[in-house]
Amino acid sequence: MKKIIFLKFCFFFFSLTAQEFITIQSTTSIRDSGFYNYIQDKYQEESSTKLKVVAVGTGQAIENAKKCDADLLFVHHEPSEIKFVKNGYGLYRNVIMHNDFILVGPKNDPAGIKIKKNIKEALKIIYNSKHSFVSRGDKSGTHLKEQELWALVGIKIERKKSDWYFESGSGMGSSLNLAVNIGAYILSDRSTWISFGNKKNHTIIVENEPLLVNNYGIIPINPKNCPTTKSLEAEKFIYWLKSKEGKSLINNFRVNGQQVFFSSQDVN
Amino acid sequence: MSDFSEILTNSIRLIFSFNTELSDIVFLSLKVSLSALLISCLIGLPIAAYSSVKAFFGKKFFILLVNSLMGLPPVFVGLVLYIVFSKSGPLGFFEILYTPTVMVLAQIILILPIIISISFETLESIYFEYEEMLKSLRVNFRDSILIILWDARYCLLTTVLAGLGRAMSEVGAIIIVGGNIAYYTRVMTTTIALETSKGNLELALALGTILILISISLNFIVFMVKHFTKNLSYD
Repeated sequence: MKKIIFLKFCFFFFSLTAQEFITIQSTTSIRDSGFYNYIQDKYQEESSTKLKVVAVGTGQAIENAKKCDADLLFVHHEPSEIKFVKNGYGLYRNVIMHNDFILVGPKNDPAGIKIKKNIKEALKIIYNSKHSFVSRGDKSGTHLKEQELWALVGIKIERKKSDWYFESGSGMGSSLNLAVNIGAYILSDRSTWISFGNKKNHTIIVENEPLLVNNYGIIPINPKNCPTTKSLEAEKFIYWLKSKEGKSLINNFRVNGQQVFFSSQDVN
Repeated sequence: MSDFSEILTNSIRLIFSFNTELSDIVFLSLKVSLSALLISCLIGLPIAAYSSVKAFFGKKFFILLVNSLMGLPPVFVGLVLYIVFSKSGPLGFFEILYTPTVMVLAQIILILPIIISISFETLESIYFEYEEMLKSLRVNFRDSILIILWDARYCLLTTVLAGLGRAMSEVGAIIIVGGNIAYYTRVMTTTIALETSKGNLELALALGTILILISISLNFIVFMVKHFTKNLSYD
Protein backbone atom coordinates (compact mmCIF):
# COMPACT_ATOMS: atom_id res chain seq x y z
CA MET A 1 0.00 0.00 0.00
CA LYS A 2 2.77 2.38 0.93
CA LYS A 3 4.45 1.60 -2.36
CA ILE A 4 1.34 2.51 -4.30
CA ILE A 5 1.01 5.78 -2.48
CA PHE A 6 4.64 6.51 -3.14
CA LEU A 7 4.25 5.74 -6.83
CA LYS A 8 1.18 7.90 -7.04
CA PHE A 9 3.09 10.63 -5.32
CA CYS A 10 5.90 10.31 -7.83
CA PHE A 11 3.45 10.35 -10.68
CA PHE A 12 1.82 13.47 -9.34
CA PHE A 13 5.20 15.03 -8.88
CA PHE A 14 6.34 14.54 -12.41
CA SER A 15 3.20 14.76 -14.50
CA LEU A 16 3.51 18.48 -14.94
CA THR A 17 1.71 18.65 -18.25
CA ALA A 18 -0.87 16.12 -19.19
CA GLN A 19 -1.70 18.43 -22.07
CA GLU A 20 -0.99 17.66 -25.68
CA PHE A 21 2.29 19.03 -26.90
CA ILE A 22 4.54 18.84 -29.90
CA THR A 23 8.29 18.73 -29.58
CA ILE A 24 10.16 21.04 -31.91
CA GLN A 25 13.86 20.53 -32.54
CA SER A 26 14.80 24.07 -33.37
CA THR A 27 17.78 26.17 -34.23
CA THR A 28 18.85 28.37 -31.33
CA SER A 29 18.38 31.65 -33.20
CA ILE A 30 14.58 31.35 -33.32
CA ARG A 31 14.39 30.54 -29.61
CA ASP A 32 16.89 33.18 -28.51
CA SER A 33 14.92 35.88 -30.30
CA GLY A 34 11.92 35.04 -28.10
CA PHE A 35 9.82 34.09 -31.12
CA TYR A 36 8.41 30.91 -29.57
CA ASN A 37 7.22 32.67 -26.42
CA TYR A 38 5.52 35.17 -28.69
CA ILE A 39 3.66 32.68 -30.88
CA GLN A 40 2.95 30.18 -28.11
CA ASP A 41 0.35 32.46 -26.56
CA LYS A 42 -1.23 33.21 -29.92
CA TYR A 43 -1.31 29.56 -30.88
CA GLN A 44 -3.05 28.72 -27.60
CA GLU A 45 -6.06 30.69 -28.83
CA GLU A 46 -6.16 28.42 -31.86
CA SER A 47 -5.25 25.06 -30.44
CA SER A 48 -4.70 23.35 -27.10
CA THR A 49 -1.39 21.95 -28.32
CA LYS A 50 1.61 23.29 -26.45
CA LEU A 51 5.00 23.80 -28.03
CA LYS A 52 7.98 22.14 -26.40
CA VAL A 53 11.04 23.69 -27.95
CA VAL A 54 14.45 22.08 -27.73
CA ALA A 55 16.88 24.60 -29.15
CA VAL A 56 20.25 23.33 -30.35
CA GLY A 57 22.41 23.94 -33.40
CA THR A 58 20.97 22.93 -36.77
CA GLY A 59 23.31 19.94 -37.07
CA GLN A 60 22.40 18.57 -33.66
CA ALA A 61 18.69 19.31 -34.19
CA ILE A 62 18.73 17.22 -37.35
CA GLU A 63 20.50 14.35 -35.57
CA ASN A 64 18.00 14.48 -32.70
CA ALA A 65 15.10 14.51 -35.16
CA LYS A 66 16.56 11.49 -36.94
CA LYS A 67 16.42 9.68 -33.60
CA CYS A 68 12.67 10.53 -33.47
CA ASP A 69 13.03 12.95 -30.56
CA ALA A 70 10.88 15.52 -32.31
CA ASP A 71 7.62 16.08 -34.11
CA LEU A 72 8.89 19.06 -36.03
CA LEU A 73 12.25 20.25 -37.25
CA PHE A 74 12.69 24.01 -37.60
CA VAL A 75 16.19 24.84 -38.83
CA HIS A 76 18.14 26.89 -41.33
CA HIS A 77 20.40 24.99 -43.67
CA GLU A 78 18.78 24.18 -46.99
CA PRO A 79 21.07 21.37 -48.27
CA SER A 80 20.84 19.47 -44.96
CA GLU A 81 17.07 19.92 -44.85
CA ILE A 82 16.60 18.65 -48.39
CA LYS A 83 18.79 15.67 -47.60
CA PHE A 84 16.77 15.01 -44.44
CA VAL A 85 13.52 14.85 -46.41
CA LYS A 86 15.07 12.91 -49.27
CA ASN A 87 16.34 10.21 -46.92
CA GLY A 88 12.83 9.66 -45.62
CA TYR A 89 13.22 11.27 -42.18
CA GLY A 90 10.88 14.14 -42.97
CA LEU A 91 7.62 14.47 -44.92
CA TYR A 92 8.30 17.70 -46.78
CA ARG A 93 10.02 21.02 -46.31
CA ASN A 94 8.37 24.40 -46.08
CA VAL A 95 10.30 27.64 -45.99
CA ILE A 96 8.36 29.56 -43.38
CA MET A 97 10.40 32.69 -43.01
CA HIS A 98 13.73 34.27 -43.75
CA ASN A 99 16.14 36.99 -42.75
CA ASP A 100 19.83 37.32 -43.47
CA PHE A 101 23.24 36.57 -42.12
CA ILE A 102 25.50 39.47 -41.28
CA LEU A 103 29.19 39.93 -40.74
CA VAL A 104 29.80 41.49 -37.35
CA GLY A 105 33.05 43.12 -36.33
CA PRO A 106 34.65 45.87 -34.22
CA LYS A 107 33.29 49.35 -34.93
CA ASN A 108 36.65 50.73 -36.15
CA ASP A 109 36.88 47.90 -38.72
CA PRO A 110 40.58 47.04 -38.07
CA ALA A 111 40.86 44.79 -41.13
CA GLY A 112 39.63 47.67 -43.31
CA ILE A 113 36.72 45.95 -45.04
CA LYS A 114 34.67 49.09 -45.63
CA ILE A 115 32.76 47.51 -48.51
CA LYS A 116 29.35 47.23 -47.01
CA LYS A 117 27.75 44.82 -49.43
CA ASN A 118 30.27 42.25 -50.55
CA ILE A 119 30.81 39.29 -48.26
CA LYS A 120 33.24 37.59 -50.66
CA GLU A 121 35.58 40.58 -50.67
CA ALA A 122 35.18 40.94 -46.92
CA LEU A 123 36.24 37.36 -46.27
CA LYS A 124 39.24 37.73 -48.56
CA ILE A 125 40.31 40.88 -46.72
CA ILE A 126 39.99 39.15 -43.36
CA TYR A 127 41.98 36.19 -44.66
CA ASN A 128 44.74 38.36 -46.06
CA SER A 129 44.99 40.63 -43.04
CA LYS A 130 44.83 37.61 -40.73
CA HIS A 131 42.61 39.57 -38.42
CA SER A 132 40.97 37.37 -35.81
CA PHE A 133 37.78 35.65 -36.87
CA VAL A 134 35.46 33.52 -34.74
CA SER A 135 33.80 30.49 -36.25
CA ARG A 136 30.99 28.54 -34.61
CA GLY A 137 32.66 25.24 -35.43
CA ASP A 138 29.62 23.25 -34.31
CA LYS A 139 27.91 22.18 -37.56
CA SER A 140 25.12 24.66 -36.93
CA GLY A 141 23.33 26.36 -39.81
CA THR A 142 25.48 29.45 -39.41
CA HIS A 143 28.68 27.40 -39.29
CA LEU A 144 27.75 25.47 -42.43
CA LYS A 145 26.90 28.75 -44.15
CA GLU A 146 30.27 30.17 -43.16
CA GLN A 147 32.07 27.12 -44.57
CA GLU A 148 30.12 27.45 -47.83
CA LEU A 149 31.22 31.07 -48.07
CA TRP A 150 34.89 30.27 -47.51
CA ALA A 151 34.64 27.58 -50.18
CA LEU A 152 32.96 30.09 -52.50
CA VAL A 153 35.94 32.44 -52.34
CA GLY A 154 38.27 29.49 -52.73
CA ILE A 155 39.94 29.75 -49.36
CA LYS A 156 40.77 26.62 -47.49
CA ILE A 157 41.50 27.33 -43.86
CA GLU A 158 44.10 25.18 -42.22
CA ARG A 159 42.48 25.00 -38.84
CA LYS A 160 45.54 23.86 -36.99
CA LYS A 161 47.92 26.47 -38.36
CA SER A 162 45.61 29.46 -38.47
CA ASP A 163 46.08 31.32 -35.21
CA TRP A 164 43.65 34.03 -36.31
CA TYR A 165 40.79 31.57 -36.84
CA PHE A 166 39.02 30.67 -33.59
CA GLU A 167 36.53 27.81 -33.45
CA SER A 168 34.32 28.41 -30.44
CA GLY A 169 32.41 25.14 -30.76
CA SER A 170 29.41 26.71 -29.04
CA GLY A 171 26.17 28.52 -29.74
CA MET A 172 25.72 31.80 -31.58
CA GLY A 173 25.43 33.89 -28.44
CA SER A 174 28.47 32.34 -26.74
CA SER A 175 30.45 32.79 -29.94
CA LEU A 176 29.37 36.43 -30.12
CA ASN A 177 30.52 36.85 -26.51
CA LEU A 178 33.91 35.49 -27.56
CA ALA A 179 34.15 37.64 -30.69
CA VAL A 180 33.18 40.79 -28.79
CA ASN A 181 35.80 40.13 -26.13
CA ILE A 182 38.70 39.44 -28.47
CA GLY A 183 37.68 42.03 -31.05
CA ALA A 184 37.14 39.50 -33.82
CA TYR A 185 34.93 39.33 -36.87
CA ILE A 186 32.12 36.78 -36.89
CA LEU A 187 29.29 35.63 -39.11
CA SER A 188 25.95 35.77 -37.29
CA ASP A 189 22.29 35.47 -38.10
CA ARG A 190 20.51 38.78 -37.80
CA SER A 191 17.98 37.81 -35.14
CA THR A 192 20.55 36.60 -32.62
CA TRP A 193 22.60 39.74 -33.18
CA ILE A 194 19.62 42.05 -32.66
CA SER A 195 18.57 40.31 -29.46
CA PHE A 196 22.16 39.92 -28.22
CA GLY A 197 22.67 41.93 -25.06
CA ASN A 198 26.45 42.29 -24.88
CA LYS A 199 27.38 44.09 -28.12
CA LYS A 200 29.91 46.53 -26.58
CA ASN A 201 31.99 47.94 -29.45
CA HIS A 202 30.83 45.59 -32.16
CA THR A 203 28.63 46.46 -35.07
CA ILE A 204 27.42 45.12 -38.43
CA ILE A 205 30.15 45.29 -41.08
CA VAL A 206 28.50 43.52 -44.04
CA GLU A 207 24.78 43.19 -44.57
CA ASN A 208 22.02 43.16 -47.20
CA GLU A 209 24.01 40.89 -49.45
CA PRO A 210 22.07 38.41 -51.63
CA LEU A 211 24.56 35.65 -50.82
CA LEU A 212 23.69 35.96 -47.15
CA VAL A 213 19.99 35.10 -47.29
CA ASN A 214 18.93 32.90 -44.39
CA ASN A 215 15.89 30.67 -44.93
CA TYR A 216 14.18 28.95 -42.04
CA GLY A 217 12.63 25.66 -43.11
CA ILE A 218 10.13 23.61 -41.16
CA ILE A 219 9.82 19.86 -41.64
CA PRO A 220 7.29 17.46 -40.09
CA ILE A 221 8.85 14.15 -39.09
CA ASN A 222 7.93 11.15 -41.23
CA PRO A 223 5.68 8.76 -39.27
CA LYS A 224 6.94 5.90 -41.42
CA ASN A 225 10.32 6.33 -39.77
CA CYS A 226 9.03 7.40 -36.34
CA PRO A 227 5.64 5.78 -35.62
CA THR A 228 5.01 7.75 -32.42
CA THR A 229 5.43 11.15 -33.99
CA LYS A 230 2.44 13.47 -33.83
CA SER A 231 2.18 14.36 -37.50
CA LEU A 232 -1.37 15.65 -37.29
CA GLU A 233 -0.60 18.23 -34.59
CA ALA A 234 2.70 19.07 -36.27
CA GLU A 235 1.07 19.70 -39.63
CA LYS A 236 -1.67 21.75 -38.01
CA PHE A 237 0.99 24.01 -36.58
CA ILE A 238 2.72 24.39 -39.96
CA TYR A 239 -0.61 25.15 -41.59
CA TRP A 240 -1.27 27.80 -38.98
CA LEU A 241 2.18 29.38 -39.43
CA LYS A 242 1.53 29.57 -43.17
CA SER A 243 -1.93 31.04 -42.76
CA LYS A 244 -2.62 34.72 -43.13
CA GLU A 245 -2.66 35.07 -39.35
CA GLY A 246 0.60 33.19 -38.91
CA LYS A 247 2.30 35.29 -41.56
CA SER A 248 1.20 38.56 -40.07
CA LEU A 249 2.38 37.37 -36.66
CA ILE A 250 5.81 36.58 -38.08
CA ASN A 251 6.01 39.96 -39.78
CA ASN A 252 4.80 41.82 -36.73
CA PHE A 253 7.30 40.22 -34.38
CA ARG A 254 9.76 42.78 -33.06
CA VAL A 255 12.99 42.47 -31.11
CA ASN A 256 14.26 45.76 -29.68
CA GLY A 257 11.89 47.49 -32.08
CA GLN A 258 13.23 45.74 -35.16
CA GLN A 259 11.67 43.16 -37.42
CA VAL A 260 13.81 40.02 -37.39
CA PHE A 261 11.82 37.48 -39.42
CA PHE A 262 10.07 37.93 -42.76
CA SER A 263 7.42 35.42 -43.77
CA SER A 264 8.30 33.67 -46.99
CA GLN A 265 6.27 33.07 -50.14
CA ASP A 266 4.65 29.67 -50.51
CA VAL A 267 7.38 27.66 -52.13
CA ASN A 268 8.28 24.20 -51.02
CA MET B 1 35.33 47.56 -13.28
CA SER B 2 32.40 49.97 -13.72
CA ASP B 3 31.03 47.38 -16.09
CA PHE B 4 30.92 44.80 -13.38
CA SER B 5 29.34 47.00 -10.72
CA GLU B 6 26.69 48.07 -13.22
CA ILE B 7 25.84 44.44 -13.94
CA LEU B 8 25.79 43.75 -10.22
CA THR B 9 23.36 46.55 -9.35
CA ASN B 10 21.08 45.59 -12.22
CA SER B 11 21.08 41.99 -11.12
CA ILE B 12 20.16 42.96 -7.58
CA ARG B 13 17.25 44.96 -8.96
CA LEU B 14 16.15 41.90 -10.92
CA ILE B 15 16.17 39.72 -7.83
CA PHE B 16 13.80 42.06 -6.05
CA SER B 17 11.46 42.25 -9.02
CA PHE B 18 11.07 38.49 -8.71
CA ASN B 19 8.70 37.68 -11.56
CA THR B 20 6.71 34.49 -12.05
CA GLU B 21 8.91 32.99 -14.74
CA LEU B 22 11.89 33.42 -12.47
CA SER B 23 10.12 31.89 -9.48
CA ASP B 24 8.92 28.97 -11.64
CA ILE B 25 12.51 28.34 -12.63
CA VAL B 26 13.70 28.46 -9.02
CA PHE B 27 10.85 26.19 -7.94
CA LEU B 28 11.58 23.63 -10.65
CA SER B 29 15.27 23.65 -9.74
CA LEU B 30 14.45 22.89 -6.13
CA LYS B 31 11.89 20.27 -7.08
CA VAL B 32 14.24 18.38 -9.39
CA SER B 33 17.28 18.56 -7.12
CA LEU B 34 15.41 17.76 -3.91
CA SER B 35 13.65 14.79 -5.54
CA ALA B 36 16.98 13.51 -6.78
CA LEU B 37 18.48 14.03 -3.33
CA LEU B 38 15.62 12.27 -1.55
CA ILE B 39 15.72 9.24 -3.82
CA SER B 40 19.53 9.08 -3.70
CA CYS B 41 19.44 9.11 0.11
CA LEU B 42 16.77 6.41 0.19
CA ILE B 43 18.94 4.22 -1.99
CA GLY B 44 22.41 5.36 -0.96
CA LEU B 45 22.26 5.44 2.83
CA PRO B 46 21.10 1.81 3.25
CA ILE B 47 23.79 0.69 0.80
CA ALA B 48 26.44 2.62 2.71
CA ALA B 49 25.22 1.26 6.04
CA TYR B 50 25.10 -2.29 4.72
CA SER B 51 28.63 -2.00 3.37
CA SER B 52 30.00 -0.59 6.59
CA VAL B 53 28.44 -3.29 8.80
CA LYS B 54 28.89 -6.33 6.65
CA ALA B 55 32.08 -7.72 5.15
CA PHE B 56 31.35 -9.05 1.71
CA PHE B 57 33.35 -10.22 -1.24
CA GLY B 58 34.68 -7.37 -3.37
CA LYS B 59 33.87 -4.73 -0.77
CA LYS B 60 37.11 -2.84 -1.28
CA PHE B 61 36.57 -2.89 -5.02
CA PHE B 62 33.00 -1.69 -4.57
CA ILE B 63 34.14 1.27 -2.48
CA LEU B 64 36.86 2.06 -4.98
CA LEU B 65 34.31 1.99 -7.77
CA VAL B 66 31.87 4.24 -5.93
CA ASN B 67 34.66 6.66 -5.06
CA SER B 68 35.71 6.96 -8.67
CA LEU B 69 32.11 7.42 -9.80
CA MET B 70 32.06 10.60 -7.72
CA GLY B 71 34.01 12.17 -10.54
CA LEU B 72 31.56 11.22 -13.28
CA PRO B 73 31.46 14.00 -15.87
CA PRO B 74 27.87 15.31 -16.01
CA VAL B 75 27.96 15.82 -19.78
CA PHE B 76 28.85 12.18 -20.21
CA VAL B 77 25.96 11.09 -17.98
CA GLY B 78 23.67 13.35 -19.99
CA LEU B 79 24.86 11.92 -23.26
CA VAL B 80 24.42 8.30 -22.17
CA LEU B 81 20.95 8.99 -20.79
CA TYR B 82 20.05 10.82 -23.97
CA ILE B 83 21.06 7.88 -26.13
CA VAL B 84 19.26 5.41 -23.86
CA PHE B 85 16.02 7.37 -23.54
CA SER B 86 15.89 8.74 -27.07
CA LYS B 87 12.73 7.51 -28.87
CA SER B 88 14.91 5.27 -30.99
CA GLY B 89 17.01 4.20 -28.00
CA PRO B 90 16.60 1.01 -25.94
CA LEU B 91 14.40 2.64 -23.26
CA GLY B 92 12.72 5.14 -25.55
CA PHE B 93 9.26 3.70 -24.90
CA PHE B 94 9.27 5.29 -21.45
CA GLU B 95 8.94 8.61 -23.24
CA ILE B 96 10.68 10.55 -20.50
CA LEU B 97 13.28 12.36 -22.60
CA TYR B 98 12.87 16.14 -22.26
CA THR B 99 10.88 15.81 -19.02
CA PRO B 100 11.81 16.68 -15.42
CA THR B 101 11.74 12.92 -14.65
CA VAL B 102 14.84 12.18 -16.66
CA MET B 103 16.55 15.23 -15.13
CA VAL B 104 15.94 13.73 -11.70
CA LEU B 105 17.35 10.45 -12.96
CA ALA B 106 20.47 12.17 -14.27
CA GLN B 107 21.04 13.90 -10.96
CA ILE B 108 20.51 10.66 -9.03
CA ILE B 109 23.27 9.03 -11.07
CA LEU B 110 25.53 11.97 -10.30
CA ILE B 111 24.91 12.28 -6.57
CA LEU B 112 24.34 8.68 -5.55
CA PRO B 113 28.10 7.92 -5.51
CA ILE B 114 28.69 11.02 -3.37
CA ILE B 115 26.01 9.99 -0.88
CA ILE B 116 27.30 6.42 -0.66
CA SER B 117 30.97 7.29 -0.51
CA ILE B 118 30.87 10.05 2.09
CA SER B 119 28.29 8.38 4.32
CA PHE B 120 30.21 5.11 4.15
CA GLU B 121 33.22 6.75 5.75
CA THR B 122 31.13 8.20 8.56
CA LEU B 123 29.16 5.03 9.16
CA GLU B 124 32.24 2.83 9.04
CA SER B 125 33.96 4.81 11.76
CA ILE B 126 30.84 4.70 13.92
CA TYR B 127 30.46 0.98 13.41
CA PHE B 128 34.10 0.52 14.33
CA GLU B 129 33.29 1.93 17.78
CA TYR B 130 29.92 0.21 18.14
CA GLU B 131 30.88 -3.19 16.81
CA GLU B 132 31.82 -4.87 20.08
CA MET B 133 28.89 -3.47 21.96
CA LEU B 134 26.41 -4.46 19.28
CA LYS B 135 27.85 -7.95 19.09
CA SER B 136 27.89 -8.46 22.83
CA LEU B 137 24.26 -7.40 23.01
CA ARG B 138 23.49 -9.74 20.13
CA VAL B 139 21.83 -7.03 18.13
CA ASN B 140 20.80 -8.48 14.79
CA PHE B 141 22.09 -7.23 11.45
CA ARG B 142 19.06 -5.15 10.51
CA ASP B 143 18.94 -3.38 13.83
CA SER B 144 22.68 -2.72 13.76
CA ILE B 145 22.22 -0.90 10.47
CA LEU B 146 19.33 1.11 11.84
CA ILE B 147 21.23 1.98 15.01
CA ILE B 148 24.30 3.30 13.27
CA LEU B 149 22.18 5.17 10.73
CA TRP B 150 20.17 6.76 13.50
CA ASP B 151 23.18 7.68 15.59
CA ALA B 152 24.91 9.16 12.57
CA ARG B 153 21.91 11.19 11.46
CA TYR B 154 23.40 14.58 12.16
CA CYS B 155 26.79 13.73 10.74
CA LEU B 156 25.07 12.52 7.59
CA LEU B 157 23.67 15.98 7.03
CA THR B 158 27.04 16.99 5.60
CA THR B 159 26.74 14.16 3.10
CA VAL B 160 23.28 15.30 2.18
CA LEU B 161 24.52 18.84 1.65
CA ALA B 162 27.36 17.67 -0.56
CA GLY B 163 24.85 15.76 -2.67
CA LEU B 164 22.48 18.68 -2.88
CA GLY B 165 25.31 20.99 -3.85
CA ARG B 166 26.27 18.77 -6.74
CA ALA B 167 22.64 18.43 -7.85
CA MET B 168 21.81 22.13 -7.68
CA SER B 169 24.95 23.28 -9.43
CA GLU B 170 24.86 20.74 -12.21
CA VAL B 171 24.20 21.89 -15.76
CA GLY B 172 25.91 19.58 -18.26
CA ALA B 173 23.65 16.55 -17.88
CA ILE B 174 20.27 18.19 -17.47
CA ILE B 175 20.69 20.57 -20.40
CA ILE B 176 21.11 17.54 -22.68
CA VAL B 177 18.39 15.30 -21.30
CA GLY B 178 15.98 18.05 -20.29
CA GLY B 179 16.42 20.12 -23.42
CA ASN B 180 16.18 23.41 -21.48
CA ILE B 181 12.54 23.83 -22.57
CA ALA B 182 10.96 27.06 -21.33
CA TYR B 183 8.44 26.63 -18.49
CA TYR B 184 9.00 22.89 -18.53
CA THR B 185 12.56 21.73 -18.06
CA ARG B 186 14.37 25.03 -17.64
CA VAL B 187 16.10 25.27 -14.29
CA MET B 188 18.41 27.85 -12.76
CA THR B 189 21.72 26.55 -14.04
CA THR B 190 20.47 26.03 -17.58
CA THR B 191 18.93 29.51 -17.53
CA ILE B 192 22.25 30.96 -16.44
CA ALA B 193 23.95 29.17 -19.35
CA LEU B 194 21.26 30.36 -21.75
CA GLU B 195 21.19 33.99 -20.64
CA THR B 196 24.98 34.19 -20.66
CA SER B 197 24.99 32.95 -24.23
CA LYS B 198 22.36 35.54 -25.12
CA GLY B 199 24.59 38.21 -23.65
CA ASN B 200 22.09 39.04 -20.88
CA LEU B 201 24.72 39.06 -18.21
CA GLU B 202 22.56 40.88 -15.63
CA LEU B 203 19.89 38.21 -15.61
CA ALA B 204 22.50 35.46 -15.56
CA LEU B 205 24.25 37.05 -12.62
CA ALA B 206 20.96 37.61 -10.79
CA LEU B 207 20.12 33.93 -11.13
CA GLY B 208 23.59 32.95 -9.97
CA THR B 209 23.14 35.15 -6.92
CA ILE B 210 19.81 33.51 -6.11
CA LEU B 211 21.42 30.09 -6.46
CA ILE B 212 24.13 31.07 -4.00
CA LEU B 213 21.59 32.57 -1.58
CA ILE B 214 19.57 29.35 -1.61
CA SER B 215 22.72 27.36 -1.02
CA ILE B 216 23.77 29.60 1.87
CA SER B 217 20.37 29.38 3.54
CA LEU B 218 20.23 25.60 3.25
CA ASN B 219 23.72 25.35 4.70
CA PHE B 220 22.78 27.74 7.47
CA ILE B 221 19.75 25.63 8.42
CA VAL B 222 21.88 22.52 8.55
CA PHE B 223 24.53 24.31 10.54
CA MET B 224 21.94 25.39 13.10
CA VAL B 225 20.49 21.90 13.31
CA LYS B 226 23.95 20.47 13.87
CA HIS B 227 24.84 23.14 16.36
CA PHE B 228 21.79 22.66 18.56
CA THR B 229 21.84 18.89 18.44
CA LYS B 230 25.51 18.50 19.17
CA ASN B 231 24.93 16.64 22.41
CA LEU B 232 22.15 14.43 21.08
CA SER B 233 24.14 12.21 18.85
CA TYR B 234 27.45 10.74 17.94
CA ASP B 235 29.85 13.35 16.79
